[in-house]
Amino acid sequence: MSESAELDVGYVAKLARLNLTPAETELFQKQLGDILQYVAKLSEVDVTQVEASTYAVPVFNVFREDEARDWFTAEEALQNAPRQRDHLFIVPKVME
Amino acid sequence: MTVGDLPALNIADLQSLLRRGQVSPLEVMEALRSRIAAIDPNIEAYLSFDYEAAAHEAEQADVTLPLGGVPIAVKDIINVAGQPCTCASNILKTYRAPYDATVIRKLRAAGAIPFGKTNMDEFAMGSSTENSRIKSTRNPWDPARVPGGSSGGSAAAVAADEAFGALGTDTGGSIRQPAALCGVVGFKPSYGRVSRFGVVAFASSLDQVGPLTKTVRDSALLMNALAGHDPQDTTSLDAPVPDYTTALGRDLRGMRIGLPKEYMVEGIEPEVKRAIDTAVGQLQSLHAEIVEISLPHTDLAVAVYYILATAEASANLARFDGVRYGHRAENARDINDFYGRTRAEGFGAEVKRRIILGTYVLSSGYYDAYYLRAQKVRELIRQDFSRAFATVDVLVSPTSPTAAFLLGEKTADPLQMYLADIFTIAANLAGICGVSVPCGFAEDGDKRLPIGLQFLGKPLDEARLLQVAHAYEQSTDWHKARPPLP
Repeated sequence: MSESAELDVGYVAKLARLNLTPAETELFQKQLGDILQYVAKLSEVDVTQVEASTYAVPVFNVFREDEARDWFTAEEALQNAPRQRDHLFIVPKVME
Repeated sequence: MTVGDLPALNIADLQSLLRRGQVSPLEVMEALRSRIAAIDPNIEAYLSFDYEAAAHEAEQADVTLPLGGVPIAVKDIINVAGQPCTCASNILKTYRAPYDATVIRKLRAAGAIPFGKTNMDEFAMGSSTENSRIKSTRNPWDPARVPGGSSGGSAAAVAADEAFGALGTDTGGSIRQPAALCGVVGFKPSYGRVSRFGVVAFASSLDQVGPLTKTVRDSALLMNALAGHDPQDTTSLDAPVPDYTTALGRDLRGMRIGLPKEYMVEGIEPEVKRAIDTAVGQLQSLHAEIVEISLPHTDLAVAVYYILATAEASANLARFDGVRYGHRAENARDINDFYGRTRAEGFGAEVKRRIILGTYVLSSGYYDAYYLRAQKVRELIRQDFSRAFATVDVLVSPTSPTAAFLLGEKTADPLQMYLADIFTIAANLAGICGVSVPCGFAEDGDKRLPIGLQFLGKPLDEARLLQVAHAYEQSTDWHKARPPLP
């Protein structure tokens, strides 16, 4: 398992689309370093013969019929949108 | 009995008064409202109410239904149409639920009235409810102490007779641990037993909805309404639902109860250990057979959990982007600044910490070392339980290594806070069911602090778990104790 020193909080925050203040970055670097040190105990476990488990109870390929059903109206779907116009979500500009 | 005494009742006793017509659902709702108005300024268990709709529903209530006319408090992570669903986060401060979660639809079909939303750690991340961005809930047994978490509002409301019963969610102990710290019953169903449709997702391979109540029978009554397959939750299991009250009252003769030796070691407060030892003796006197068993990978559960739960959380919380709902940053420089500021302004410290950790363990170059390895160790933990359940019917342990801790005691050290869930987390990793019932008190000066006894059961073996918990509860008086409130 990797050394906790490899965690670069500033870089990971960019991946997570989360702006952190310098104070937050510094605090998390220390706190998450402690946590990574704690979880390093997993590296001592022999898992060569173990299959990864995603869910505790196996459930596979759950499908439903592809049928239209009553669901939200546009108004209902938009009722919590911070900005909207003409039955549409207003998104931030992504192209110049 | 006067109307003012009604809030102290459990659900089963309230129902018999309602069915005999000795009290009306509207009188019950009004009595509860008065109790909350008098007590909640000291406890701060609730975030919001919809008394108008509740009064209307009470007037129409059919008391012959299984939960007819019974008001139920709901953790503020579960959507109730028309009510806020803040997850105790600034990012959802103005959100209003456009629909009912399946559990709410089922409660309504059973006649219950979801009238108010309870406080919690932000997005259910925490063990003390101190991560709520809205208010700090206090333990009804000692206002200087936490109610546990993340369903701390639900647990405190039930303990303070501000709710007859409540819904919580449990991802790593968030129903059982606050139930233990507040001296009430908290029931976590098996993974897939109860639908999560309409419940804001934290860690989707671990989350379950369940009841917090004053008695085990009340948890069984609520489980009768909550359990069952939901086509709108692909992880919900299509298995028959028994009547959970049927097995209540059967004795424990022939029941084999496993005592995991790894759960009775380091870090347990002496008073907790003493209470658990006494409870185990009590189970023996009820003719249960106590068998020492081993769960060899116990020590790894917290580490596995904080990799898997944060990884899943970082993916689930990616939906909070300032576009479709929730807080939105203004005057951003560009699209990345827009997302980054929306989320920085909306999320609190613990949520940010977990998003960073979860993003890291899933990131290129670290995925195999952390996430994949944690999934494999999770499988070893699951196998520990399957082996144990091959020889015993249920397991017994403490719910929490300590009684309620002081407000502020663990907030500066996230790892210490995580270790508060050391006995509850493995059940979520293994997908099994669990319950906490009151089993005694730790003394602190003139204060009594509740201690919880945890039983764990096989996947979908909720009926047996409730039977054992009920037999223990009914042989003691712990569940009758009430906090020192007016």
